[in-house]
Amino acid sequence: MSIGEALAAFNASYPDAGGTASFVGKVRSDNDVKALELTHYEPLTLPGMEELAQAASEKFGLAGVLAWHRVGVMTPGQPIVLVAAAAAHRREAFDAVDFLMDHLKSASWFWKRERRGDGWHWIEPRDQDRRDLARWK
Amino acid sequence: MSVRILFLGPLRDLAGQDDMQVEGTLDWDRLLQTVSPLVAAQLREERVNIACKGRVLADKTALLAEDGDEVALLPPVSGG
Repeated sequence: MSIGEALAAFNASYPDAGGTASFVGKVRSDNDVKALELTHYEPLTLPGMEELAQAASEKFGLAGVLAWHRVGVMTPGQPIVLVAAAAAHRREAFDAVDFLMDHLKSASWFWKRERRGDGWHWIEPRDQDRRDLARWK
Repeated sequence: MSVRILFLGPLRDLAGQDDMQVEGTLDWDRLLQTVSPLVAAQLREERVNIACKGRVLADKTALLAEDGDEVALLPPVSGG
């Protein structure tokens, strides 16, 4: 299923919601990045994402929430993550997507490394990512 | 049966393997002796977590894994 198809299906699932907001994160091509690899630990990663979606749903009173995250090797321009939130009003939908992304970036069970011209490099959350996450505490 | 130790993310590179098996009970002290000194040094850092049987330990030094359990060593995450 493509991102467009997923969003169309998601949107159609909540006909009574006032609006849907979404975010697609893609592999950037800066810093000479040739490829990005995401790994996970399934016994923690999936339950963690389900808890996160539930938390977002309760915090923002959502009608529905969608959270997809790929694992494996991806190349620049390819999507890594898709989140969407359906809510009565736009602010809740925007905020929920922001909340979901901040937690997926630096508080979910994924590990990321990128391949540059000189080989693979593990990526850790930036200070900005940690500050973004701290906004919700 | 044995305890399976799983190295996640950058710890896999540091350990030079995806996983290892140890016979019998595995506690914190034995874990530190079992893995390489480089990995043990990482495990002592607060930002590295340990999961046993699919649950992250609130106190990793309280690790007590039995035969058949899976112990996952979890370095700092980065997704998105």
